[in-house]
Amino acid sequence: MAEATANGDIAPDEHRSASGQLLAADGTPLKKSIRRSEARARLRAFLLVAPLLIFVLLSFIAPIADMLFRSVENEIVADTLPRTVEALDAWDPQTGPPPEPVYRAFYDDMLEATELKIHTRLGSRLNYEESGMSSLFRKTNERRLERFDLDQPLQPQFVDLDKDWGEVEPWAVIKTFAPRYTWGYFLQAADMRLTPGGVEMAPEFEQIYLKLFWRTILLSCTITLSCLLLGYPVAWLLSNLPARSANLLMILVLLPFWTSLLVRTSAWKVLLQEQGVINDILVYIGIVSDAGRLVMINNQTGTIIAMTHILLPFMVLPLYSVMKTIPPSYLRAAKSLGATDWTAFWRVYFPQSVPGIGAGAILVFILAIGYYITPELVGGTDGTFISNRIAFHISTSLNWGLAAALGSLLLILVLGLYWLYDRIVGIDNVKLG
Amino acid sequence: MNASNDAFVEFDRVQKSYDGETLVVKDLNLGIGKGEFLTMLGPSGSGKTTCLMMLAGFETATHGDIRLDGRPINSVPPHKRGIGMVFQNYALFPHMTVAENLAFPLQVRKMGKDEIETRVKRALDMVQMGDFGGRRPAQLSGGQQQRVAVARALVFDPELVLMDEPLGALDKQLREQMQFEIKHIHEQLGVTVVYVTHDQSEALTMSDRIAVFNDGRIQQLAPPPDLYERPENSFVAQFIGENNTLDATIAERDGEFVKVEFVDGSTGQALAVNCGGPGEKTRLSLRPERVTFAQPGEWGVAGKVKELIYLGDHIRVRMQVLGNNDFVVKVPNASRHATLSVGETASLSWVAEDCRALDAA
Repeated sequence: MAEATANGDIAPDEHRSASGQLLAADGTPLKKSIRRSEARARLRAFLLVAPLLIFVLLSFIAPIADMLFRSVENEIVADTLPRTVEALDAWDPQTGPPPEPVYRAFYDDMLEATELKIHTRLGSRLNYEESGMSSLFRKTNERRLERFDLDQPLQPQFVDLDKDWGEVEPWAVIKTFAPRYTWGYFLQAADMRLTPGGVEMAPEFEQIYLKLFWRTILLSCTITLSCLLLGYPVAWLLSNLPARSANLLMILVLLPFWTSLLVRTSAWKVLLQEQGVINDILVYIGIVSDAGRLVMINNQTGTIIAMTHILLPFMVLPLYSVMKTIPPSYLRAAKSLGATDWTAFWRVYFPQSVPGIGAGAILVFILAIGYYITPELVGGTDGTFISNRIAFHISTSLNWGLAAALGSLLLILVLGLYWLYDRIVGIDNVKLG
Repeated sequence: MNASNDAFVEFDRVQKSYDGETLVVKDLNLGIGKGEFLTMLGPSGSGKTTCLMMLAGFETATHGDIRLDGRPINSVPPHKRGIGMVFQNYALFPHMTVAENLAFPLQVRKMGKDEIETRVKRALDMVQMGDFGGRRPAQLSGGQQQRVAVARALVFDPELVLMDEPLGALDKQLREQMQFEIKHIHEQLGVTVVYVTHDQSEALTMSDRIAVFNDGRIQQLAPPPDLYERPENSFVAQFIGENNTLDATIAERDGEFVKVEFVDGSTGQALAVNCGGPGEKTRLSLRPERVTFAQPGEWGVAGKVKELIYLGDHIRVRMQVLGNNDFVVKVPNASRHATLSVGETASLSWVAEDCRALDAA
């Protein structure tokens, strides 16, 4: 019915093709005409965006994709020991040490590898999975291999070089990590490990990542909450002051933005340390004794205090921009209807400021969960985040695969929380201005 | 009219200053009777809204007492005054449905669920919005929001309702319709209404009495016909309705009337309302519809036709009279009305009672 009335409204000078498509005056379909007439505008829009797009693609998206790829990439074993991997294919670790052909293939592979001096690299890679592998490969160097008598069986000569070569363990590790792609890094990032016998939990004393992830989430939530508690009244004041005082206060809120992050964090070190300003004042006033100085830095307290301070503007600004749009007449209306100040705030003002809380909270939380510098400087050992561990694997232990896996997990975690947030709060409710 | 002791709402020598240097409200005395519909009318910045806000409790009086039903309310917080209020932009809570908006004042008064439901329904029916309880304010048109705002201000049975330019955001037709609806609700419920507007036709249509504000003072407080027909000073004459002014000097007093001398030396008679003695300046106020064309031999002043505007039921003639270039005469479009043309000179006349001699300000 609706169709019929809609068609009834069409002016007689409109043209339609046989299939009912609307046609332009020259007979081309109207939709095509629109596309053609707007092609220039679209091209111009694209050209305006293109430089940034290319920049982001090359300098951001591509490296991230590459890093993420490293979390599953494991070509080094198959590339360095191609023959060994093939020979180990038929071997079952249950039956004891591998047979002679495996040693033969391994000898050939290692001879090539040692010549290219890449065997130590393989050693370090396998050492992530089983400690001792690095020294085993380093020991198996070119000089030693050249002394082997190729007419004799090679197994005893390898055992002679290092008795570990006669064990099942190193061969099993090589066989387990022979595939070109592996979940090993991800399992490690989740405190599990891939062993020849299958997936199992890492030993208790090695389990750190899950704890670290949990701590990162917990601390980020704490920081978000304290930002909200401290920022909400400030934002309220900002949005209710006359313009001139509001601008001054706004400058004070933004002041930290104009100071280097490093300077601010270092300032907190000066303030919070045991011989620092705050402790000195507390001792001077007599609230704490000289022996009982508070430990406020190089632990979780330090991280929470410093990061709350640094991330506070990210909470205040979205809150302010939302509160600015709530007319004061709502509060007045509520009061004139008989609500006390608190009821008026809680039932009328607060619900309308929720989009600002949502925007501020998600902004602060996502920034916090990936924060690196501040926890590194003031976090000590129990106030560090997962990002500090990622940095450690990138720059110190050089286990990039694990770093990539941890990074991917962090990314998945953030996306997951974002999804959860969307389900609970609704992302349409987030308002930045 | 000064504050009387039996007034329901009473302003007693109220002053208000925001900065300590200028008074926004100067020595306000006003008594509003129970069940009265009183309009505060005035240009923006005249202090009318400030008075309303002081009554609602959102502004504090710098000096003087405000009394509600005999008891001073200066130190009573807004939520304890029990005054209903309709705001300029309705201030309907956007996150609540219409029914929830109406239930709000009842909930904060801790009423039972059933009673709340009955009252909300009754209030919505009163403004013909019974079917809209489940909607959000944003889903309503301006007129519907207006109705809900009125219903919300009345749902908790306040004895006094304040309205702060409630119809300002509506288009002309809807505004006129709402004027009558609000008026009818007022008559039905017998509630006291204090209404603020800068629209004089709105004030004339709805009010029992109008307080014309200017410069922080009430210039005149009177029922609508009095205000139009018997303005007491130049401001009111000029502010209410269309008005012709003529500057003159008083020649002599003659009982209720004065003899005045115009700028060109000719003389005329006027009703002495608010003017000084002989020799002092005065400003004469004359409604356009009370000016007629003089019959031959009758007293009259000469006017030159500057412009003719045809308006259907009447013709608006702008003339130059005694130095005033904007002297307007309304000629009814009757079957034998005078025909005029631009540039023509005609003799104008009026009855002395219609020509009010007011202050020269």
